[in-house]
Amino acid sequence: MPAPAQHRIIFQHIDEPGYSNDIDCYLRNGGYEVLKKAVTQKPEDLREEVKKSGLRGRGGAGFPCGFKWSLVDRKSGKPIYLIVNADESEPGTFKDRYIMHQDPHQLIEGTMISCFANDVKQAYIYIRGEMPEGARILEKAIAEARAKNLVGPNILGTGYSCEIFVHRGAGAYICGEETGLIESLEGKRANPRIKPPYFPAVLGLYQCPTIVNNVETLCHVKYIVQHGGAEYAKIGTPGNTGTRIFCVSGHVQRPGYYEFPAGTITMGQLLNDVCGGPLPGRTFKAVIPGGSSAKVLRFGERYKGKRKVGTDMVDYDWGVEDVPMDFDSLAMIGSMGGSGGVIVMDDSVNMVEALANINAFYQHESCGQCTPCREGSLWMKKISSRMVHGEARKEDAALLKSVADQIPGRTICAFGEACSWPTQSFLIKFKDEFEGYAEAKKNLPADRLSLV
Amino acid sequence: MIAAPKPDLVTVNIDGVDLSVPKGTNVIEAAKLLHKDVPHYCYHPKLSVAGNCRMCMIEMGTPAFDPATKAPVIDPATGKQKINWIPRPQIGCGTTVSPGLHVKTSSPMVKDAREGVMEFLLINHPLDCPICDQAGECKLQEQATGYGRGYSRFIEEKNVKPKRTQLGPRVTLDDERCILCSRCVRFSKEIARDDVLGFVDRGSYSTLTCHPGKKLENNYSLNTVDICPVGALTSTDFRFKMRVWFLKQTHTLDIESSVGVNAVVWSREGTIYRLTPRRNDEVNDTWMADSGRILYKQVAATDRLTAVRLNGADTSLDIALNAAAALLKDGSVSIVGSGRASVEEQFLLKQLATPIGAQGHLVARTATGDKLLISADRNPNIRGALVTGLISQLPSAELKQLSREIDEGKIKTVVSHGEDLLAAGLTAAQLAKVAVIYIGTHANATSAAAQIVLPALHTYEKAGTFVNQQFRIQKFYAAVPGPQGATNDLVVLAKLVASTGASAPASEVHALWPSIAATVPALSSMLYKNIPDTGLLLDATAWAGLPFVEGESLHFKPAAVAAAEGARS
Repeated sequence: MPAPAQHRIIFQHIDEPGYSNDIDCYLRNGGYEVLKKAVTQKPEDLREEVKKSGLRGRGGAGFPCGFKWSLVDRKSGKPIYLIVNADESEPGTFKDRYIMHQDPHQLIEGTMISCFANDVKQAYIYIRGEMPEGARILEKAIAEARAKNLVGPNILGTGYSCEIFVHRGAGAYICGEETGLIESLEGKRANPRIKPPYFPAVLGLYQCPTIVNNVETLCHVKYIVQHGGAEYAKIGTPGNTGTRIFCVSGHVQRPGYYEFPAGTITMGQLLNDVCGGPLPGRTFKAVIPGGSSAKVLRFGERYKGKRKVGTDMVDYDWGVEDVPMDFDSLAMIGSMGGSGGVIVMDDSVNMVEALANINAFYQHESCGQCTPCREGSLWMKKISSRMVHGEARKEDAALLKSVADQIPGRTICAFGEACSWPTQSFLIKFKDEFEGYAEAKKNLPADRLSLV
Repeated sequence: MIAAPKPDLVTVNIDGVDLSVPKGTNVIEAAKLLHKDVPHYCYHPKLSVAGNCRMCMIEMGTPAFDPATKAPVIDPATGKQKINWIPRPQIGCGTTVSPGLHVKTSSPMVKDAREGVMEFLLINHPLDCPICDQAGECKLQEQATGYGRGYSRFIEEKNVKPKRTQLGPRVTLDDERCILCSRCVRFSKEIARDDVLGFVDRGSYSTLTCHPGKKLENNYSLNTVDICPVGALTSTDFRFKMRVWFLKQTHTLDIESSVGVNAVVWSREGTIYRLTPRRNDEVNDTWMADSGRILYKQVAATDRLTAVRLNGADTSLDIALNAAAALLKDGSVSIVGSGRASVEEQFLLKQLATPIGAQGHLVARTATGDKLLISADRNPNIRGALVTGLISQLPSAELKQLSREIDEGKIKTVVSHGEDLLAAGLTAAQLAKVAVIYIGTHANATSAAAQIVLPALHTYEKAGTFVNQQFRIQKFYAAVPGPQGATNDLVVLAKLVASTGASAPASEVHALWPSIAATVPALSSMLYKNIPDTGLLLDATAWAGLPFVEGESLHFKPAAVAAAEGARS
């Protein structure tokens, strides 16, 4: 079955010839009409539309956005803050950057609508420290929108006021964890907070109720308010509504970003039809479907079980190629849709070395606050680096797996899962390769690229 | 006594045992009530919850309710409400009790989680216990033994971090031993209010350090050593002096102010090695100022008085006491007691003053309070002198009345209980006009000028009680014997009382207390042995009008402040 056509709603203007990131271009393309419409509606009605849309967060966890908004403590009398999480750092993910660079006003409009819907007077865009260009573009865009009375005091004469500040991140992956982000925004080290009691919806930024949404999520909100929640819910599949942007990297002919209705395209269609398949003479070996922290899938393995289609339970028997690209299907087969970063590895990749690379990343990004993640991530890195650069032992495979098993579910934040899931899944699915690495190493080409 | 309001109680089930605990209690404290240990490092009862060590993980479940009807779901197997167990371990420190909460503190899941954390904590730890000063009182040692697997799978190279960093004048840091629990960071910020500590670098390379240009030099810095669960922070004074398991612990009190901080003397074979705080939630929580800890050095000071002297020559105690008795019989005596003396000693001084018609005085010692655990009144026991009737008014800055009376020739003999009368405002000329009987521990200008010198004991060498700023009477015990030549103050004072013709009082605290209870109205219903370790509040209404100098501090509000607050609420 050939792949469906791309359905670009968020990336509609990305890479469009002649489309620029200034406000005039945005306005020419119908920009800010949705905001103008939104401010005439009741905030609770807007929230209801978002709930109806079934929108799930695009930052990685896929948490329902409407539900997140409903958790906000609106009776505390404290101000409610909205933070745009633009700290896009998950290896393999590069969608938010394009939105901010090429279509920043889409984000600003989505942010302003979301602020209005939640009675927010102050929003922050927390942009990854390594994206200075994006920060400059956003600053300029906000200034433009402010000049046109779309941001700032008394927006469009409605009496509603809301400011947006751009805050450059502190240059660490953990700054993207929502409570770590809040700490960082408060000027502190981005140590994630313990939950309970510090749920952002109740005790977030400056101990006030806070909404943290991903860049792409807020762009979806704009689309939902434009077309209605029910209409949006028709895109994609039930429970996985709207479109998903897939950032495909690695060993395919045409890596890049592609936007499809969620669940309407399979992994096989995405990699083969859309991305042109493996490089000449190569075959796919493994794919990480949702950013590097997602569990790896091995080509050739089968996933069997029952799943809900409508109201019926239906048997499924999938290979990697058959898996529909949505949150629930990927979760069902033991991985996750995550942030949409699809990392493809072909048969030229040694999985021990691939994992050594991933482990080096997560070890470097652990904040160091809680024990299992702090010590576990470094230990895994030390083992896998030693295997690659020094002596590899057969028992290292079991040791790695065992160390990884001591981390998830026991940490302050989801980084524990992020750093251990790669090791766990690599070791389950490529155990032979790890156990036999000492032998395999002897035959590796001497001039192969060394790891970082 | 005003009864404390009954706290809201919540019933929880820990390892199958139902237990009622006050609302807001966390699982670690609740389990403690059942004598169940939930091991932990970062949690400290007097600091904010950080939840970072992950050692206190427990298995937890809540009662099941039908989502539609809100009715309890009954488990047919047991006939009781079903418990929804959370499939992941939760931290005990960050989990406050809720009605019906079920906790398992030693299930396989909990055991596995603890073993994992223990292993992680040890992989980059230097394991240098044989040369580590914390050995013997190290949580890492104790919990590795209690909850670890007992073997290591780590063959990589350990992290290298700074050793022997001087964080300040009194605290040494070994970063390799640090488990990053952040207790010291939180203490500095929350209790000492001197936010100087923090972490640099990240992940396992995180390193405790002082902020740039800052030092850990506040007067509470040694508390970070006390609460450090491992050997990372050590006392520069105490380290390498003695293995802690050789040390005897004796309850004592901080003698530097009227706060009455509860403390412990650590000694071996008559030598004191250190002082540390002892928990008292009504007085000092678990804290103590650094300045109070070094006072043990007074005990072994070179200027200790060890020889009984009469008119400048060594003599025996009996001869000196006889000479003193003769002076007292002559009359025109004035007594300068001490706010540093115990209630029992002040009581005997009062017993001495009454038959000979002598007036009791005290030397005031005031400075600025630090609003935490050092009050403006630097005498630990002014209130004891009020309670025993040795004085009826607060002491003035100088001994003005005594000074005037000496000038007027009304006084022939002055008994000083450890007070340097020159430092307290008398002149050398005035001292020359009177005979001084000096009962004290250290040499000073007054002991040098005294006709009779009776060497006595330091607080850590004797038992007794102090009454602190709250009018809380608290006990201290003898930790080490006094030096040869020194006599217990009570023995000396009892003999002086007897010499006036009064019946000889007891010269040992336990034996003395029945007569204290019979004589002193505020102490009428107690005995030394019955005073609890955390002290006993006395009825202070008789002295409510006195202008005490103390300001607000931890667990203390001056009467005026408390009254004003009471009027507002």
